[in-house]
Amino acid sequence: MPQIAQLAETWSSQVFWLLIFFGITFFVIGRGMVPKVMDTVAQRDSQISGDLAAAKAARDAADAEEEAWRVKENENRAAAQAIVAKAKDEAAAKSETRLKAAQTRLDKKLVDAETRIAEARTAALTEVESVAVEAAQDIVATLAGVKVTRPTAAKAVKEAMIHG
Amino acid sequence: MAAEQAKVDPMKQFAIEPIAGTQGWELAGFNIAFTNSAMWMLVTVVVLFLFVLGGMKRELVPGRWQMMVETFTGFIDNMLEANIGKEGRKYVPYVFSLFMFILVANLLGLLPLGIVGIHPFTFTSHFTVTGVLSIISFSIVLLVGFWKHGLHFFSLFVPHGTPLPMVPVIAPIEFISFMVRPFSLALRLFVAMMAGHVLLKVLSSFVIDGTNAGLGFGALVGLPSFILMIGISALEILVAGIQAYVFALLTSLYINDAEHLH
Repeated sequence: MPQIAQLAETWSSQVFWLLIFFGITFFVIGRGMVPKVMDTVAQRDSQISGDLAAAKAARDAADAEEEAWRVKENENRAAAQAIVAKAKDEAAAKSETRLKAAQTRLDKKLVDAETRIAEARTAALTEVESVAVEAAQDIVATLAGVKVTRPTAAKAVKEAMIHG
Repeated sequence: MAAEQAKVDPMKQFAIEPIAGTQGWELAGFNIAFTNSAMWMLVTVVVLFLFVLGGMKRELVPGRWQMMVETFTGFIDNMLEANIGKEGRKYVPYVFSLFMFILVANLLGLLPLGIVGIHPFTFTSHFTVTGVLSIISFSIVLLVGFWKHGLHFFSLFVPHGTPLPMVPVIAPIEFISFMVRPFSLALRLFVAMMAGHVLLKVLSSFVIDGTNAGLGFGALVGLPSFILMIGISALEILVAGIQAYVFALLTSLYINDAEHLH
């Protein structure tokens, strides 16, 4: 077993070189390089957690914005509906007044026309009466040779017209 | 006849040979020859340096390499945080160095570079090396313990809730189990690495000798041994990782004792 057989002659060189090379490992790699590697890891971890927090904040902001937009949208819709309803009501009221005015005008025309018809009829009747009176005077004068005065004839005609 | 036979000495792989021209190097009277063991320590440091260097791009979105390095640092970081807590973070450089140094050394020792004439040397299969590493870990435990708690650190040997009459019995047992730690730490790694490598070498000698002895022996002994070798090589890769992990884990548990006294 060389580990024991060579111990006396090699132990000092083994210990010496091990201390040298393990020392280099510890001071150069362990203390010089490893902390930098771990720094990078720590930096990345903090970057990742920071990014995640930022993303979460952004998402929350977006959610809030959407909520606000929804509220505003609902308000706008309600306002629009109110405007439409109002316009509808106004239009209905306007058309109603116009209809009423037209109705009134028509009624008045009708009344006028009826009045005119009645007048015409009265005038016609008067004419017919006077014609009848004259005719009655003529008929009496011709048949009976009696000269009937106009009031008498008119009275007779009136009586005849009333009794039919 | 014997000279022609392939001689597989399962222990030769652990022999330390100074690299030509360095046998005589001395420092304060101690021999510090640059051996094949030191060579593979150098290779381990270079490989580990290049590996971690690839993870230093410091990109926000890591590539595969950076991801791999960060996985290892994160693994050590999590282990220390789970075992020690927040104070464990300051031991990451040491435990990471320890874990990666052992892991890379174990894995390099398993590389089949013998095919191209380079013979990998697993320096973690030498208790001189594992002993030094465990003494460093144990020293850190002692330093941290006495630095933080002073003489109160000795209360480590009296677990919570021990009845007073039991203290004289319990304390020596705890003390012995505490003092055994550096040895068990060093021997565990050394034995695991050495056993695996010896087993592979013994099996390879079965393959070579069995096949040389003829077709019958080759089919009966060589082939099953070869299949077994493949399986055990896979197992050894696992052991390489597990032993590095165990060393780092136990170190962190011992540091936890020093930090928190139970």
